[in-house]
Amino acid sequence: MLLTIIFCPIIAAILIIAGTPVRFTALLAASVTLLMTLLACVNYEWWKPGFQFVNSVTVSESWQIHFATGLDGLSLILVLLTAIVTLASVWFSGKTDNNENAFYACLLFISGGALGAFSSLDLFFFYAFHELALIPTFLLIGIWGSGNRVAAAWKITIYLALGSFILLIGLILLYQSLPAASRSFDIRALQVAAAAHQIAPEAQRNIYLLLLIGFGILVSLFPFHTWAPEAYASAPAPATMLHAGVLKKFGLYGLLRLALPLLPDGSRYWTNLLVVLLLANIIYLGLVTIAQKRLDWMLGYSSVMHMGYIFLGIASANILGTTGAAALMFAHGLSIALLFAIAGEIRKRTGTLVFDDLGGLAKVMPFAGLAFGFAAFAAIGLPGFANFAGEIMIFFGAFQNGWEMQRFHIFQVATVLALWGVVVSAVYMLRAYRQTFMGTMAERWSNLVDLRTSLRVPVALLVAALLWYGFFPQTFVRFVTPAFKTYLSADARR
Amino acid sequence: MISPPNLEIAVLVLGMIVLMFEAFATKIDKRILAFAAIIGLTIVLIATFFLTPSTPEQASGFWSFYTADSLSIFFKRFALVTTIFVLIMMIDYTPVLSSSGALTTQPVLGEFFALPILTCAGLMYIVSAIDFIMIFVSIELVTVSFYVLVSFTKKNPAALEAGVKYLILSAISTAFLVYGITWIFGVTGETNLQRVTAAFANSDIDKHAAVFGAVLVLVALGFKIAAVPFQIWVPDVYQGAPTPVTAFLSVGSKAAGFVVLLRVLRPFMMLPNMGRLIVLIALLTVVYGNLAALPQNNLKRLLGYSSIAHAGYLLIGVACFAGQEVAFYLVAYLLMTLLSFAVLIIVAQRTGEQISNFDGLAKRSPFLAFAMLMAMISLAGVPFTAGFFGKFFIFAAAVAQRQTVLVVVGIVTVACGFYYYLKVVRAMYWQPAAKVDNIPVSGLSRVAMSALIVAIIWLGIYPQPILNALKR
Repeated sequence: MLLTIIFCPIIAAILIIAGTPVRFTALLAASVTLLMTLLACVNYEWWKPGFQFVNSVTVSESWQIHFATGLDGLSLILVLLTAIVTLASVWFSGKTDNNENAFYACLLFISGGALGAFSSLDLFFFYAFHELALIPTFLLIGIWGSGNRVAAAWKITIYLALGSFILLIGLILLYQSLPAASRSFDIRALQVAAAAHQIAPEAQRNIYLLLLIGFGILVSLFPFHTWAPEAYASAPAPATMLHAGVLKKFGLYGLLRLALPLLPDGSRYWTNLLVVLLLANIIYLGLVTIAQKRLDWMLGYSSVMHMGYIFLGIASANILGTTGAAALMFAHGLSIALLFAIAGEIRKRTGTLVFDDLGGLAKVMPFAGLAFGFAAFAAIGLPGFANFAGEIMIFFGAFQNGWEMQRFHIFQVATVLALWGVVVSAVYMLRAYRQTFMGTMAERWSNLVDLRTSLRVPVALLVAALLWYGFFPQTFVRFVTPAFKTYLSADARR
Repeated sequence: MISPPNLEIAVLVLGMIVLMFEAFATKIDKRILAFAAIIGLTIVLIATFFLTPSTPEQASGFWSFYTADSLSIFFKRFALVTTIFVLIMMIDYTPVLSSSGALTTQPVLGEFFALPILTCAGLMYIVSAIDFIMIFVSIELVTVSFYVLVSFTKKNPAALEAGVKYLILSAISTAFLVYGITWIFGVTGETNLQRVTAAFANSDIDKHAAVFGAVLVLVALGFKIAAVPFQIWVPDVYQGAPTPVTAFLSVGSKAAGFVVLLRVLRPFMMLPNMGRLIVLIALLTVVYGNLAALPQNNLKRLLGYSSIAHAGYLLIGVACFAGQEVAFYLVAYLLMTLLSFAVLIIVAQRTGEQISNFDGLAKRSPFLAFAMLMAMISLAGVPFTAGFFGKFFIFAAAVAQRQTVLVVVGIVTVACGFYYYLKVVRAMYWQPAAKVDNIPVSGLSRVAMSALIVAIIWLGIYPQPILNALKR
C-alpha cells in the first residue's frame, strides 16, 4: 500500500511524458494517492509505537543501504499533507501555455519525491527522494514562472543543492560515527544504536551542526532564507503550493526524525544557537513581511516566518512542543497552499499582485475572498483553525522545555518574544486581506470572475482539512504522540 | 577458459585486420569495418567473463610486468566498453569527416576506426601494468594513437592546433615520466612496483631522490588525468579534436591514468609528504575545473573543463586511498560523459557546439534532450543517477579520512557545478528554438544512448554490481 502511494505520482509523471491524457492522468494519480493515504490512516494502528507498513529491499550490502519504507505517526500525517496538497495543486493547475505534459509531470515528480522522503526508513533514500524534486522545481520556475524567474530559479536550485550536499555530509558523518560493525543507513538501526549511546557526544555536536545548516537551508532558517520569498513569488502557483506547503517540511521532518532522537547531546549543545536563529525568523522576518508591497512576496516571507514557530517546537525537545511542531507543519502546509493558490488565481485574472493596484476584490470574487480569509485567519493562528492547535502546543511546550534548564532562561524569553510574532502575523495577514479584498475596487477589476465551480473543490478540500484539524486536533495528534514518546523517552533515560 | 593476456592479443589482431582491410579492400563501405570492430570488441568483452581465474603466485618473468587482478580485469572491460561506444559515435561522425573536406579520399576512414582499437589494446595493457617499464610502454601506445586521432581532420586548423599542442605537451610529459622512472630506478634498482614498494619502505634509501623521482612521475600522470597545474592542454585539445576522439580522450585516457595512479600510490605513499601533495593537487583541480567551467558557452569546451573538475573529485578519492570508490566514479563518469558527447555529436552536426545551439532541443528532439538531461544531472550529481553515487562514495571516503578541507571545497564546487550543467538543461527546455526541424537519430545511436541512460539510472539505484565486480 505504501509503495503504491509513493510510486503512483512518479509512474503517472512518466505516463504523462509518454503521452497519456495529461490532466486526467494527473488528477487520477493524485486522487488515488489521497485515497490510499486515507486508507493507510484508517488502517494505521496509532496506539502502537514504531513503524508500520514496512517493507525493505537491500540495495547495497557493502554499504548497508536498503530501500526501506514505512510509516509512523509523524510520517503518516506528512504523507497525508502531501497527498492533500498534491491533489489541490494538480486541480489548481489549469491550462499552461506550453508543454502542458511537462508541467504536470514536474508537479507529480515533486509530489512523489516528497512522499518518498517522508516514508523512507533509510537515510540514503530519505535524502535521494528529496533531491528528486530539485530539477522539477528548477524547470517549473524557469519555464512557467513569472517575474524575475531566471534569477529565482538559479537561486533556489543552487541554494538547495548546496544545502543538500551539506546535509549529505552530515548524514555520512552520522553513518560513520557508529562502530564499524553496526553501521547502517537504516533509521531504525540508528535509533537502536543511539539508544545504546553508541554515538559519541563530540561527534553528535558536529553532526547536529551540519544537519542544522543543511536542513536549515532547505527550510529557510534565518540566515539561509533568502532563496525562499523570491522563488515562491516567481514560481507558478501549483509549484509554490507544493514547495512551500510540503517540500519545505522535509527539513523540519529531518530534524524531528534524526536530530532529536539520534543526537540528543548535539541538540542540547546547539539549542541556544537554534533559539536565536528562530527568533530572528519570527521577529525580524515578521517585520520584513509587514514591509512587503506585493501579495506574493508577503506570502513568501510569511511562510519563512512561520518556520520559526516550528523550529521553536523542535528546540523545546519535549513531547508537547514536538507534537505541536508536527501539528503546525501539517496546518501550515494546508494554509500556505491555500493562500498561494488564491494569490495565483488573482494573478491569473489581474496580472498583478501589488497591493496598491488591488482592493475590493471581494465584491467580484466573493468565494476567493472567503477562502483567502479562512486561510489568513488560520495562518494568524485563530482558534478553530488547525494552526491554533499547533501553535498553542508549541508555546506551552517551549515554555516548559525538555532540557530541564533552571529558572527563567532563554526558552521563556523566546516564548514570550515568539508570542509577539502572532501579533506581527495578524498585522500583515489582515492588512493583506484588507488591501486585496476590502476597500474600494478599481474600475478595471469590475468584470473579473470568481473561481469556477470546479476550482472550488480543492479550496473546499483544504478549508475542510483546516477546520477539521482545528476542531478535532486529537484525530491527528494521537498519531504523532506515540512516535515522540519513544524518541524522547530514549533521551530521558540517560 | 582464456588466459588474460590473450585479450590484448585479440584486440591487437582485430586492429591489424581492420587496417589490412583499409589498405587492400578499397571497394567496400568503410563503415562496415566499424561494425565489424564493434562486434569483435563485444566478443572480447564477453570473453573477459570467462578468464582463467588465477594468475601465478610467483611474480616472475612475464607476470612481474603484467597482472590480472580484479582491478585490471574490471578496467579492461571498462576500456572495451568505452571503445565500443566511441566507435558507435564515430559512425555518427563520419558525415562530418567527409563533408568538411577533412578527408581527401574516403579510404582513410578505415584508419579512423582502426586507431581506437589499437588505443584500446594500449589501455588494456596500462591497467594490467605493474612495472614502470610496462607502464611507460603502454602509455606510449595509447598516446601515439591519440596523436593521430586528435588531428585527424587535418584540414581543420583548430584540429591541427589541438594536435600540435597535444603532441608537444604529451612529449614533455613522457620525458618527465622517463626521467622520474630513471630516478626511481637509480634509487631502488627496481622497476617492479611491488619491489619498489619494498625498497621505499627500507629506510636506507635516499628519500630525497626517491621523492624527486616520484614527483616527476606524478607530473606525467597529472598530464594524463588533466590535473591542475598540468591541465593547460585540455580545453583547446578537447575543443579542437573530432568529438568522438574528445570523448575517448576524456574517458579512456583519464581512466587509464587513474588506474596507474592507484597502482603507484602504494609505493609513493611510503615517501614523506606525498599524501599532502596529492591533496593539494586535488584541491587545485576541483576549484580550477569548476570555476573555469562556469563562464563557458561552448559545450565541448565546457565538457573539457568539467572533465578537469571530475578529475579533481577522483583525486579526492585517490588522496583518501579509496580505490573502489574511484573505480565506481570512473564507471559513472564513463556513462555520463559518453552520453553527453553522443548527444553533442548529433546536435552539433545540425546546428553547432555552442550551448545556445541547444536552445529548444526539447521541442526538436525530445529523446536527445532527455538523454542530455540525464547526462547533465548525473554529471551534476543528482540522486538516482550513477553520478550521485560516485560523489556519495568519494565524499564518504573523504569524511572517513577526516579530510575536512577536501570535503568543504568539494561541496562548494559541487554546488558550483549545478550552475553550469543546468545551463545546458535550461537551454534545452526553457529557451525557444531557433530552428524547428526534427533531428533524426540513427537506430544504433538510439540503442546506445538508451543503454547509457538505463545504465545511469540503474547504477543510481542499485550500485552493488559494480562494487561486487571490484571486490573479487
